[in-house]
Amino acid sequence: MDGYYHSADLPRFADIGKGNKELWEKFSAYYAAVFAEGALTEREKALVALGVAHAVQCPYCIDAYTQACLEKGSNIEEMTEAVHVACAIRGGASLVHGLQMRNVAEKLSM
Amino acid sequence: MGLSLKARADSLASPAEQLRILSTPNGFPSFEERMRAASLFPLAATGVTVFQINVGKLCNQTCAHCHVDAGPDRKEIMTRETAELCIRALAATDIPTVDITGGAPELNPNFRWLVEQARALGRHVMDRSNLTVLLLPAQEDLAEFLARHKVEIIASLPYYRAAQTDAQRGVGVFDKSIEALRKLNALGYGQDGSGLQLNLIYNPVGAFLPPKQEAIEAQFKKELARQHGIAFNRLYTITNMPISRFLEFLLATRNYEGYMERLANAFNPVAAAGVMCRYTLSVGWDGTLYDCDFNQMLDLPTGFGAPRHIRDFEAGALHRRRIVTGNHCYGCAAGAGSSCGGNTA
Repeated sequence: MDGYYHSADLPRFADIGKGNKELWEKFSAYYAAVFAEGALTEREKALVALGVAHAVQCPYCIDAYTQACLEKGSNIEEMTEAVHVACAIRGGASLVHGLQMRNVAEKLSM
Repeated sequence: MGLSLKARADSLASPAEQLRILSTPNGFPSFEERMRAASLFPLAATGVTVFQINVGKLCNQTCAHCHVDAGPDRKEIMTRETAELCIRALAATDIPTVDITGGAPELNPNFRWLVEQARALGRHVMDRSNLTVLLLPAQEDLAEFLARHKVEIIASLPYYRAAQTDAQRGVGVFDKSIEALRKLNALGYGQDGSGLQLNLIYNPVGAFLPPKQEAIEAQFKKELARQHGIAFNRLYTITNMPISRFLEFLLATRNYEGYMERLANAFNPVAAAGVMCRYTLSVGWDGTLYDCDFNQMLDLPTGFGAPRHIRDFEAGALHRRRIVTGNHCYGCAAGAGSSCGGNTA
């Protein structure tokens, strides 16, 4: 194996169903339902997915949801803001742990 | 402003070269194979309700995606003699809609005559406008002329922001388009109860498929009203066809294979059954007949024994004609489908 990530694997996602068809079908049905128009529009859901894709740093998801966002009518400014939201939450999640650090430091310090 | 492929002597100016690229196997079934599998081959016309006249390749813009390879350097335009043959053919039928396209069709000196004649025959007339033509000094009275003749305007506006629109259509085009839309609104176009239809055309600014028509229409209505106070009636989505200057973009950016795969994977039999060539007859600037404007640009005239020139127009022989297809037709059959009137599925 010459590497872990291959763009050609993305369209083969459904191959995972070969190991357990029933679970794949349940996941696929759930996935489709999640992204269907609801209280949020399909366009809004694709922007949320793009942000999450960056938070979990999944190259497959970034590829798929960049295209999905464009195909739902979003623009690069909106998509960039979604990435910044992911960045802010990830950064904020690190920074807020600084309170743990402060709690421990305050407990140990004179 | 850029030059057309033809003016640059680019090999893609040749329809034969485009067809060679499009017919090269690419790891997905040919359009014909997909149509056969969907029991839609051979594709046949169901009648002719739209008489589409392409009056030529002359345009005041050189858009990056243009399937016509139109531009200021293109001089091929329909003569009065051919325009008269169009009107004569039209008069012999009850085809209800005349769809005039180009290039910028308004720049043809016979455009207004064609509109007047078609309206005098009681036909609904559509003008596929790039909007900026309405601001040219020589076309100062064009908007009023269109309003007076109740011409439906189908206007290109790929996005409600300048960056995307200008990237596709040229620097400054968005601002001019907004100015032209304001002018049309002031005449009553796009306003409820005016009877003056103003419809927009969205096509993707890049190698991806268009959004759902209703969703992007709502987005456009909200943004154009909020940012510019502009109203319009409907928005139609059109998929970029992998031919001419959009094909050039796909090849230059190494998006060609991915885009064709995207189109082929999105093949939708319902969209394929509703393609516009089944109810449209397309007339070229020189009077040659085609099944659609895209076939026209690929130099694929009507086939299988159907009349091939407007002088030989015979409604009976064209209404049930067999359609000429190729891999470019994936563009009209992908996703929710694509036609000059928007989605088809």
